[in-house]
Amino acid sequence: MREELLAIIEKNSRIELKELAVILGVEEIDVVNELAAMEADGTICGYHTLINWENTSIDKVTALIEVRVTPQRGQGFDNIAERIYKYPEVRSVYLISGGYDLLVTLEGKSLKEVSNFVSDKLSTLDTVLSTATHFILKKYKDHGTVLAKKPVDEREMITP
Amino acid sequence: MRNPIADKCAEIKPSGIRKFFDIVSEMKDAISLGVGEPDFDTPWHIRDEGIYSLEKGRTFYTSNAGLKDLKIEICNYLKRKQGITYDYNNEVLVTVGGSEAIDIAMRAMINPGEEVLIPQPSYVSYEPCAILADAKPVIINLKAENEFRLTARELRDTITDKTKLLVLPFPNNPTGAIMERKDLEEIAEVIIEKDIYVLSDEIYSELTYKGEHVSIASLPGMQERTILINGFSKAYAMTGWRLGYACGPSEIIKQMTKIHQFAIMCAPTTSQYAAVEALKNGDEDVKEMRTAYNQRRRFLMNAFKEMGLECFEPYGAFYVFPCIKEFGMTSDEFATRFLEEEKVAVVPGTAFGDSGEGFLRISYAYSLENLKVAIGRLERFVNKLRAEQKK
Repeated sequence: MREELLAIIEKNSRIELKELAVILGVEEIDVVNELAAMEADGTICGYHTLINWENTSIDKVTALIEVRVTPQRGQGFDNIAERIYKYPEVRSVYLISGGYDLLVTLEGKSLKEVSNFVSDKLSTLDTVLSTATHFILKKYKDHGTVLAKKPVDEREMITP
Repeated sequence: MRNPIADKCAEIKPSGIRKFFDIVSEMKDAISLGVGEPDFDTPWHIRDEGIYSLEKGRTFYTSNAGLKDLKIEICNYLKRKQGITYDYNNEVLVTVGGSEAIDIAMRAMINPGEEVLIPQPSYVSYEPCAILADAKPVIINLKAENEFRLTARELRDTITDKTKLLVLPFPNNPTGAIMERKDLEEIAEVIIEKDIYVLSDEIYSELTYKGEHVSIASLPGMQERTILINGFSKAYAMTGWRLGYACGPSEIIKQMTKIHQFAIMCAPTTSQYAAVEALKNGDEDVKEMRTAYNQRRRFLMNAFKEMGLECFEPYGAFYVFPCIKEFGMTSDEFATRFLEEEKVAVVPGTAFGDSGEGFLRISYAYSLENLKVAIGRLERFVNKLRAEQKK
C-alpha cells in the first residue's frame, strides 16, 4: 500500500482520508497509521502546494546556480552544502555528478536580490571556487505537471 | 431502380450506441461516462517509436501477416504472460484492431447455417460479424446472479450439432465480468467434449483486478481449438492506432491471412513499429494505468454502495454495470432521462444485448475528479427517482 499511497499523495496531498481508504481498498485507520509512520520516519517531509506564480501579481525570480567547491577532508561536500542550505532564500541544494558539484536553486524578489546573494554570500565562501547563475525565464512543467494549459478530452462522447 | 442493398446487410440492426450518440452530440454541455477507450494518452516512448518510423521513411506495406519483429514480440508476450507458445511464422496474424480479427476469424471458420454462440451482454460487433459470415448467431443471455460469467450448464444447454464456434468475451465489455481459471476449466470440458472452437476476445486481458488474467488457450487441449484475439488499444491506450492480433492453429490463421491479404493488405506500418516498443518496454506503463483504473473502480463501487445502487463487483476492463431495476424503467428510459435532467451520458445495457435490460454501462476511463462530478449527479438523480416513487 505504501508505494501506491505515496504516488497518490505526491500528486494530491489534499485528498481526504476517507477517499484514500476507498480507492486503496483499505480501512481508514490503516491509512492514518501509515501516514503517521511515514511522517515520523521522515519519508513524508511536508505537504506542499504547486503554485504557478506567473498567474499572480507577486514578482518572483528563480535561479539555478551551478557551484564548484573544494571538498573538505573527512567531510566531503556535506559541510559546505549545509553552509549553503541554511540561507532561507535557498530553495534546494543538490550534489550533482558531472562538470560542477552543487546545484542550488534560489528564489528572490528581483534579479538584483539574487545577484547580490551570489556575489556577496555564495561566492565569498572559502570553499566555493566558482559559480554560474542561470535565471529561469518560464516554467513550462513543474513537479510533473504542465503549467501552461488544461488538457482537453478529445474523445467521442460515446463509443462501444 | 433495383434495390442496391444486400438483404443480409439491411437486416443487421443499427448499433444501440449509435442512437444514443446522436442524442448526446446534440447536447453541448453534457459530460460523459460513455466511452469505451482509455483516457490516458499512448505512453510517450511508444508514440516516439511511431514518429521515428515515419522519420526513417518506413512508410511501405509490411508483409501481410505483420512485421516479423512484432510477431516475435507478440509470441514472447503471450509466453511471458500466459505461458502459451505460438510459432510466430504460422500462428500469428497482425490485424487492424481486434475488431478485424473477430470479423475475419468468423469468415474463415463458418459455413452457412453453422451456429456461433454469443454470450451477451457483450461487445456490439460479434452478432453482426456472425451474420455477415452467414452464421446463425445464437445468443446466450448471461445472468447477474452469476456475475455475468458463462457457466458450463448455460453452454451445454445451448450447443446443438450445428454449433461451430463459441465467442468468449472476457474480461467483458460492458459488464466488467471476468472468467477465472476454475470457470474456464468447467467450460473447456464441455468445449472439448462437444468438439467446438473458441474465439477468445481478450482485448482487456491486462485490465483485471483480481489476480492475473487466464487465457482459455492455456488450458490443456484448448490451444488447438482457440483463436486468441488481443490488441494494443486497451492495454497501451492505443485505440486510434488500430492494431490487434489473432493467434491460433496455423490452418485457421492461414485462411484468415488470406482474407486479410485481399481485404486489408496489412495493418498500419507506423502502428506496428510503435507496437514493438509497447511490447518490449511497456509493462510499467500498463501497471501504472491498471493501478489508476483500480482506484477508480473502488471509488465507484463505494459510491454505489453509499447510494444503495445494486451492482456486482466487476474485476475486469474499465466498466461497472449497475442495476437500475428498482426504478421501474427500461435502461433506455433511465439513460435518456439521466442525460436530459443531469446532463450525464451513460450507455443503456441493452446496447449490448437484450440481457442488458435493467442495467447501465458506466465507464471509468475518466479521471477521479471527473468521476466525482458525474457520480454526484447520479446520486442526485437516484434520490429524485426514489422520491418520485414514494409519492
